[in-house]
Amino acid sequence: MTTETIPAPRSSYAPPKKRRVNWEKWGWLYMRISGLFLVVLIFGHLFVNLASGAGVREIDFAFIAGKYATPFWIVWDTLLLWFALIHGANGMRTIVNDYAHRVVLRRVLLTAILVSTVVLLVLGTLVIYTFDPCPANAAAGTLPTFCPVK
Amino acid sequence: MSTAIAEGAPATPIAEVPSFTVTLIIRRFDPDVDTEPHWQDFDVEMHGTDRVLDALHKIKWEIDGSLSFRRSCAHGVCGSDAMRINGRNRLACKTLLKDLDITKPIYVEAIKGLPLEKDLIVDMDPFFESFKAVQPFLMASSKPEKERLQSVVQRERFDDTTKCILCAACTSSCPVFWTDGQYFGHAAIVNAHRFIFDSRDEGAQVRLDILNDKEGVWRCRTTFNCTDACPRGIEVTKAIAEVKQAILKGSPERVSIAL
Repeated sequence: MTTETIPAPRSSYAPPKKRRVNWEKWGWLYMRISGLFLVVLIFGHLFVNLASGAGVREIDFAFIAGKYATPFWIVWDTLLLWFALIHGANGMRTIVNDYAHRVVLRRVLLTAILVSTVVLLVLGTLVIYTFDPCPANAAAGTLPTFCPVK
Repeated sequence: MSTAIAEGAPATPIAEVPSFTVTLIIRRFDPDVDTEPHWQDFDVEMHGTDRVLDALHKIKWEIDGSLSFRRSCAHGVCGSDAMRINGRNRLACKTLLKDLDITKPIYVEAIKGLPLEKDLIVDMDPFFESFKAVQPFLMASSKPEKERLQSVVQRERFDDTTKCILCAACTSSCPVFWTDGQYFGHAAIVNAHRFIFDSRDEGAQVRLDILNDKEGVWRCRTTFNCTDACPRGIEVTKAIAEVKQAILKGSPERVSIAL
């Protein structure tokens, strides 16, 4: 006896609606990959700022100016800013999706997260790349002591 | 005489099973009377060999006949009597009273996340809808004269997820499911896993597409509530993780087996 006598199911399979990009999958993957980078970036950041050298007491304007004088720390802080902010924002988006049931409330919260993330990313990146501890047209007496005297 | 006991053997006195009083606090809800569920406590005389289901029977048969709960086989096979016992999803028929702390009251309530109908009974329709959505049946185009052959190793691959009895203990133990009823839920993913990793089945890609959805496997936060809740000991969280891997790698064959 063969199985050929079994009729086809009554309803055929309708494929799910195809979205252009599967954000859930890439979001899930992003959280894991950025998490790996953040472990190195955050602990490196904390060690250099708080533990190495004179420890937490050495943090002042000159210390930051010194860090941003080297391209290494500019790249490090840029990566830290983008990875951490998007990682955090995606986590908040997940929590909102889990717990905000009302459509309007959900949309408001998600928009607030998106706007604040974009604003912080733009501001932070702007600060990292336009930081100048000794601006040329500064008023006398407002510059830190390490600036060259004109 | 077909008795297995040898005749004339000395009748050994069987020690009486000690009995004790347990307090059950049950979350009651009668849709005809109540607007909100409320807790009601019952004191029952039980034995150490009894299960929570026996205590519920005793209450229903001797104290309050209006107590409503589902049970069919009463031996851990049909999956009807999943409920929250002391805050954990368990089958009432597999939970012995002596394994619980009987010096304190035992809290019994319906599983969470599904619409409450009465007392310990919930509406299982949404649960079975998501089960149906993953197409839990063999899809094979071959029409062999006899059976479809499979090696022992190939059978072993999905053995764990064949044990599911659809009691909903896993699905209704998940914090994501409690707040998001759209989530496919664990039992559906477990039963999809059973076919995705079956070498005879050809519909793996179809099921992976269904679960690679906003409400699919990516909702899982690996809290392991489901693995703790499963009365059949299925490693539910591991099964979900394997489905995630299969989606990421594009095919179930590429998922390495973690032993």
